[in-house]
Amino acid sequence: MSADSAEEIRKHVKVYITVFAALAALTIITVGISYLHLPAFWAITFALLVATVKGSLVACYFMHLISERAIIFWVLIVCLIFFAHLLLLPVATSSHY
Amino acid sequence: MEIPYSVKANPVTGIPNGKFGIWLFLASEVMLFGALFSSYVLLRVGADVWPHGRDVGLSIPLATLNTMVLIASSVTMVMAWASLKMDQFKKFRLYLGLTILLAFGFLVVKYFEYTAKFHHEIYPSTSTFFAIYFTLTGLHGLHVIGGIIVNSYLWGPGAKVWRSEPDRFANRIEYAGLYWHFVDLVWIFLFPVLYLL
Repeated sequence: MSADSAEEIRKHVKVYITVFAALAALTIITVGISYLHLPAFWAITFALLVATVKGSLVACYFMHLISERAIIFWVLIVCLIFFAHLLLLPVATSSHY
Repeated sequence: MEIPYSVKANPVTGIPNGKFGIWLFLASEVMLFGALFSSYVLLRVGADVWPHGRDVGLSIPLATLNTMVLIASSVTMVMAWASLKMDQFKKFRLYLGLTILLAFGFLVVKYFEYTAKFHHEIYPSTSTFFAIYFTLTGLHGLHVIGGIIVNSYLWGPGAKVWRSEPDRFANRIEYAGLYWHFVDLVWIFLFPVLYLL
């Protein structure tokens, strides 16, 4: 995060509280949905979607990614390319069967 | 000896060296947990049957409580940093202290979860599910302990830097916070993957 004045930080604090409320609500929603016993495909899709939204909120606002410098994004883009490869490895392995 | 670019931005990266360093470290952490998540997918896809966490005795209410505890600790961590930026050192101590207490709270709940499993003679060797469950939650738990150690140092003796170099100390709290939010972020994915699906 760039150099912030005390006034700007006070505005950020309100955002932090809002994000906390959103994270708590999304946690309750994802737990509630899990008790509906949806078909596996929809249960996995929904749970991972909610987790991705929650993760994005943490990264964007608590970790200040939303106002971060370009070099951080380049580090993360390279990292996510390798991460995607890791997650696709099981698919590549299972295609041999 | 003065450490260069601990407060000012490095002209090459545009950010202080510490921030660049912690993000590179977090990128390596993504790969560490990514390898284990990849293993989880491989094991799950390859298994004939994969149990739901709740069907094999994992407590969803306790895990939900722990999720809330970690989310709350992320808020108190970022509030600790914000307090320093607003020149409120006492509030910083309060918020960072709360973060440490919440982290201990997370570990206490995890202790009860683990001991309940051991009491029922459930170990990593019991099944593939529990092997990956203990590996992922154990590694995450170690990260929580690491966060407690760093935050406790910054709450206690490390806070002396505030008097002489406040900007540098605020940056240290920001970097510790980035690590702590990452620990929270990992749990946000572990929770549904291990307990709800």
